[in-house]
Amino acid sequence: MRRSAALYWTGFCVILALLAVAPLVLPAFWRRFVTEILIWGLLAMSSDILIGYTGMVSFGHSAFFGLGMYGAAAALMVVKPANLWLALVLGLAAAAGVAVFVAFFATRLRDIYFAITTLVFSQIFYVIIFTWTDVTGGENGLTFARPALSIPGLFSVPFTTETLHWFVLAVVAVSFLILRRVTQSPFGMVLQAIRENEPRARAIGYSVERYKIVAVMLSGLFAGLAGILYAIQNKFAAPDFVFFLVSGEVVIFNVMGGMGTLVGPVAGAAFFLLLREGLSRYFTEYYLIPVGIIFTAMVIFMPQGLLGFARRRLNQ
Amino acid sequence: MGLPVEQILIQTINGLVNGMILALVASGLTLIFGIMDVVNFAHGELVMLGAFVGATTIGMTGNFWLALMVATLAIAAFGAILQVTTLRPLLGRDPLTTILATFGISLVLQKYALWQWGPSARKLQEPITAQFSLFYLKYPWYRIATAVLAAAIIGALFLFLKYGKFGIWIRAAMQDRVMAQAMGIPVPLVHTVVFAIGAGMAAASGVLFGPLAGVTQNIGADFTLRAFIVVVVGGMGNLGGSILAAIFISLLEAYASLIVSPAQAVIVSFVALILTLLFRPTGLFVPTPK
Repeated sequence: MRRSAALYWTGFCVILALLAVAPLVLPAFWRRFVTEILIWGLLAMSSDILIGYTGMVSFGHSAFFGLGMYGAAAALMVVKPANLWLALVLGLAAAAGVAVFVAFFATRLRDIYFAITTLVFSQIFYVIIFTWTDVTGGENGLTFARPALSIPGLFSVPFTTETLHWFVLAVVAVSFLILRRVTQSPFGMVLQAIRENEPRARAIGYSVERYKIVAVMLSGLFAGLAGILYAIQNKFAAPDFVFFLVSGEVVIFNVMGGMGTLVGPVAGAAFFLLLREGLSRYFTEYYLIPVGIIFTAMVIFMPQGLLGFARRRLNQ
Repeated sequence: MGLPVEQILIQTINGLVNGMILALVASGLTLIFGIMDVVNFAHGELVMLGAFVGATTIGMTGNFWLALMVATLAIAAFGAILQVTTLRPLLGRDPLTTILATFGISLVLQKYALWQWGPSARKLQEPITAQFSLFYLKYPWYRIATAVLAAAIIGALFLFLKYGKFGIWIRAAMQDRVMAQAMGIPVPLVHTVVFAIGAGMAAASGVLFGPLAGVTQNIGADFTLRAFIVVVVGGMGNLGGSILAAIFISLLEAYASLIVSPAQAVIVSFVALILTLLFRPTGLFVPTPK
């Protein structure tokens, strides 16, 4: 047990170090790509709290992601000079607001009803954002300048590709450690108990609804964080990111990587994005045809995802 | 400003017509869910494929009714293949896995349609061009014919389920899968046939919908979402409830679009769904379970 823990942390540090030097050695295109994988990985990780640990498939993560994006956009556009930390706070507040709303209604429902309700909620926000052109820019979305990386009173430097990557890496790594700690805490254990057997968890005396609400909120907050990072990286917010296809992609990340592992969804995001990158060279915009076939095949033949599959192979 | 009676009446007729098309989509979806616990995320894509197959057939033969038949049969056969290859292996697993698998299928079908038929919208040629005057506008007879035809197909399904030998098998497998199997009913075959029927009905509604608005590869997601709302509001797996719910939701949206833009009117049906789930999760149009 001790040895495997040491092995785990060594692996973690090696991967962290590799990701940290990535922008220094990779060609320009791939630098951006790695940053993007990290951001989508964070989104996938956040939804793993619900899908993998609590057993609730959310088809509404695009709402949290998108609202984080628009919250950050609001902070960056209204306040001059643009402030990074204000964008973070406002983005998280927006995502949390949506998460409270969704959590309050959706957690009363289970299984497919939960999936459909979260999907419908994200569509409600999509329609609002899409049609409220005066405030949200409608279909065109919003564009804004990137804030400087600053600590008030200490220093302030503009983001370069490298510093942005390190900033994202730091946020994602810290989020991972927090989420990992949460899943191993008594709270996380209760979530897994709910996944395994909800009536029994209730019979033991846990207030299942309350745990679910907190789980959705936690998940929504980290999804919002991913949205903020994406907004800062790309300097725009668009309604496309609130559309439910994004939620679907997040579910794909989870299934491909392996649900309930936290690392798996990040690997799934990397796998999906690499697949998209590689396949769109041959299939252009039709890359989703092979990706969809691979995904469906994985649901049928490899329900534990890449990570679960690899682990079973290694144990043999 | 007085109450715009004419507008309300026109919207009532519009709502009923749209409701019948939606009922045709939703009854297939609810049948599939009721019998095999499959939440078919690709149902709207089958509507879309049906419309495109219909458009191609009309382009070749010029006959709308032939196109309706061809599209229905082709998509039903395709649905049977789909069920055997992707859903049969998932039987007995968590219903959530069927959402995931059919979601994957929907992505493939949508992009396939884009590849095969291109991004531009297609409008099917309507077979009945006559119109009658309704207050200040000319209302096409075709819309009325659509509603009647959809009602006829649904009625035929009811009769089939009630009196046909296979229909009785379907109802038996719906009530108790294991017992039906024990009585010698070939349950796997029943599942495949039900999926094929659902797919065929979806395709038929796609062809009927074709002349009303342009068909693009994007209409599938919209149909899936609406059909889900209808099926949940009507009570999952309840055929009669779904049909009433389809009309109810379509009327709600039609009236709402008197006040707000059609894009925003969708929110009304979302709210109806959420209220239903909160206060009557078994469905609006089903008797209270004891």
